[in-house]
Amino acid sequence: MRQAKIKTRLTHLAIAAAFAAAAGLAAPTWAGAVESKDPIKLTIHDWTGQYVTTHIMASVLESMGYNVELVTADYIAQFAGLESGDLHVAMEMWETTGKEAMDASLATGKTVDLGETGMDAIEEWWYPLYMKEKCPGLPDWKALNDCAEAFSTPETAPKGRYLGGPVTWAGFDDERAEALGLDYEVVHAGTDAALFAEIQSAYERKAPILAWVYTPHWAPIKFDGEWVEFPRYTPECYNDPSWGLNKDMAYDCGKPRGWIKKVGWKGGEAKWPGAYQAIRNFHIDNATMGELIVKIDLEGQKLEKVVAQWLKENESTWKKWTQ
Amino acid sequence: MSQAATGVAPALAWRSPWLAAWALMLAATLGLWLGKDLWPWVVKYPRGWVVPLKGWIGDFMKWLINDFDLGLFTFKEFTRGIAWVLEWPQWLAKGLLAKGFKIPTGEDAFWLTPTLSWLGLVVVLSLLAYRIKDRTLALLIGFCFLYLAVFGQWDSAMITLSSIMVAVPLGVAGGLALGIQGYRSPRFERAITPVLDLMQTVPVFAYLVPILFLFGFGPVAAMIATMIYATPPMVRVTLLALKTVPEEIKEFGRMAGCSRRQMTWKVLVPAARPTLMVGVNQVIMLSLNMVIIASMIGAGGLGHDVLASLRRLAIGEGLEAGIAITLLAIALDRLSQAFAVTSPAGRHGQEGKGFVARHPYLIFALAVLLGATLLGLVVPGLRDYPEAGQVTTGPFWNDLVRWININFFDQFEAVKTFLLLNLMIPFKRFLLQMPWTAVVAIVALAGLQLGGWRLALLTACLVAFIALTGNWEKAMITVYLCGISVVFASLIGTPIGIWAARNDRVHKVVQVAIDTIQTLPSFVYLMPVVMLFRVGDFSAMIAVIAYAIPPSVRYTDHGIRKIPPALIEAARTSGCTRRQVLWKVQLPLALPEIMLGVNQTIMFALSMLVITALVGTRDLGQEVYIALTKADTGRGIVAGVCVAFIAITADRLIGAWARRRKQQLGLE
Repeated sequence: MRQAKIKTRLTHLAIAAAFAAAAGLAAPTWAGAVESKDPIKLTIHDWTGQYVTTHIMASVLESMGYNVELVTADYIAQFAGLESGDLHVAMEMWETTGKEAMDASLATGKTVDLGETGMDAIEEWWYPLYMKEKCPGLPDWKALNDCAEAFSTPETAPKGRYLGGPVTWAGFDDERAEALGLDYEVVHAGTDAALFAEIQSAYERKAPILAWVYTPHWAPIKFDGEWVEFPRYTPECYNDPSWGLNKDMAYDCGKPRGWIKKVGWKGGEAKWPGAYQAIRNFHIDNATMGELIVKIDLEGQKLEKVVAQWLKENESTWKKWTQ
Repeated sequence: MSQAATGVAPALAWRSPWLAAWALMLAATLGLWLGKDLWPWVVKYPRGWVVPLKGWIGDFMKWLINDFDLGLFTFKEFTRGIAWVLEWPQWLAKGLLAKGFKIPTGEDAFWLTPTLSWLGLVVVLSLLAYRIKDRTLALLIGFCFLYLAVFGQWDSAMITLSSIMVAVPLGVAGGLALGIQGYRSPRFERAITPVLDLMQTVPVFAYLVPILFLFGFGPVAAMIATMIYATPPMVRVTLLALKTVPEEIKEFGRMAGCSRRQMTWKVLVPAARPTLMVGVNQVIMLSLNMVIIASMIGAGGLGHDVLASLRRLAIGEGLEAGIAITLLAIALDRLSQAFAVTSPAGRHGQEGKGFVARHPYLIFALAVLLGATLLGLVVPGLRDYPEAGQVTTGPFWNDLVRWININFFDQFEAVKTFLLLNLMIPFKRFLLQMPWTAVVAIVALAGLQLGGWRLALLTACLVAFIALTGNWEKAMITVYLCGISVVFASLIGTPIGIWAARNDRVHKVVQVAIDTIQTLPSFVYLMPVVMLFRVGDFSAMIAVIAYAIPPSVRYTDHGIRKIPPALIEAARTSGCTRRQVLWKVQLPLALPEIMLGVNQTIMFALSMLVITALVGTRDLGQEVYIALTKADTGRGIVAGVCVAFIAITADRLIGAWARRRKQQLGLE
């Protein structure tokens, strides 16, 4: 008797599973309020700000009735997936680090520019405020050479030590140091995590540190510090050696500041026009993003909770995107 | 006495021409280096001579992915088909454990089935452990899974578990099949051996890009990468296990008139089961090793938690997630080991009874699981572990690291600076200045001495390949970093191994410790290391040493324990002290085994390169990593193969040495 009961239960389960499987397969034929029930695949990378934008967008799309899937993919390597349609939307492509890759991808005609997010990216050489005592000439970059000793470590002395981002972030810091004649050794952190681990360690000890920091990010919020002021970036500075202080070399200026854009698979435009429009409308500013990042990274709140709370409190904002 | 003398004399005679050859080689190297201005190409491989292999491989992969047509379908459609098939078991496992199934109830609505209750799973798995082994195992399993719940790791752990649950059986089955095929056909064995070497030594990052293209972005691609990495030991162990089945058992099988299939499945495989389980253990351990890397390409789960925590420098939370991975590995391993030794006895004499009567435990377990899950619909605490009951030790670890950082940084810095300036940097410079032609010649000479012409030719070609593809400088940095780390790891690991071999209690503690180090994701301790030692080679070296110590301990321990007790007894009766026994008998006899440990240490060190790239080294690991982020297939594969060739060269040379030494000692 008990056996029979369990058997029926199992049968029920099996039927349910089969149903679910069939539903999964037959999904495209479903007619709902939205153009297609196929999941829209948003990519997630490896920094908190990007998790936030992506989770907000995902929730908004879900509220519109779309199915959404979050897929982890590398920041640059994802373009292959976006071109083939394996992936659909990337929420943050920074002018400062991703412009070359994005331009190359847009040129294939298989991806489409979905507009700016509204955030401004700043990436630059950064130092904690207490270093100003040891190097009063800062933030002017011309003071850097006088303070090379103060920024040095035993391996680099008498040269200063500058901790750059991972090699894959490009950023042209080796070129910049050479073009501006800076007596600094450029050391590349392999990852975002390693970069900020070293900054935090130095900050706790009030030890010298000069490193690549970017915003929106928790670090410039948590640590008091300033950006080094280099000659202002222009496109010519990067392309034309004769521009600027050093007549023979390019990169004799600061890093570009710029937009953070959304990019999508071209084919998605026809498949989910409503969703793509909402993604185009997505807009958030640095201050809002900063607050959310602080809640997650510094106060240790759960990402999902922070995003859900923001959505609840700003319904009028994101409702507008969906129209 | 006279016997020993006659043994030594030919050995000396055999050695002296080699001594001369090495002296000549040293002189030639010096000559080449001094003549670097005359013939610069001898010292530094000219850029113009680099074979554009990476371009060719890149083009080939592009063709394979975009244009290769198999007639009815393209190659990419074929691989995507495989991915689609593999998606189902994963979908099923994930639905049960982590996500639930969506059951449509209306046009646009669905009902999300509950996932298996955490309490139900803990109880059932402990019961299972009790049934197949004993109370100790049941307690261990219960503890491991309770940890997951109490420390708030349950959801992520179930995602990881669901992909491991699919990858491990597939890896074991595939490895077993390949191994059996290799046992039946020596030609097949010869064909797959180099492939296995490459699968084990090419860094995973090198082939991630083509896998992503062929199998699509997402968990399935991560699972396939895991299987490529974790299967080879199973194949090797299967081959070894089948070959070492005693002849009498095979004879018995033949006399009983077994067909080939019966012979394999009813005689050979059951007889080889204990050894085969070593392979299963390796597949489980390596699969869990891959959890972090897999999460970088979309597997999610615990690996993702580790990465995400460390990115915001929450070291304690990262550690907790890392320990969850370790406990999962230990639980799965112990369960599978226990499962392997349970005898199928007890099933006899029950044929007449019904299904329920024959499987009381199974029915009971299913009932508990279903009951708890269904109850979970009413009592939320049964479904998900209540958040109020979760604990975390995160702040403690974060404070600890901060405290060490503030109070001891200067002391660490002094040690580090000393080692860097006096050891590491000079060694790096030395290697970078070595003429590449001389390195090829030295490796060839070593091959000639240890294994003859074929080995010399093989190793010389492998090393020359690295120069030919333009990776020489990075390869030398790799050798420098791994070389120094291996020396330190051996210096630390061997004494611990000796200690463990001579004291059973130490042995037990050490076993647990090295199992933990091997499965705890290195990323967990890499970030605190960076905080204390800054970005650079030194941090990388510490991480590599930590990861590479276990094999050194394991093999030393094993090598000394394996020495026949009769030999030790003989030494004792002839009046040796304990110290003399160690230095004159145990260590010399265990040396071949210890050297195999060194060999494994090198392999482990090389496989850590990928991770050290994350703290900014400039070696082949970084090259592979850059290629990954630029989606440059050719560049990644070529650099990965260079790493593999360094590994294979070291492996063959040390292997040849150990074999020769064992013969001299009369151990084989």
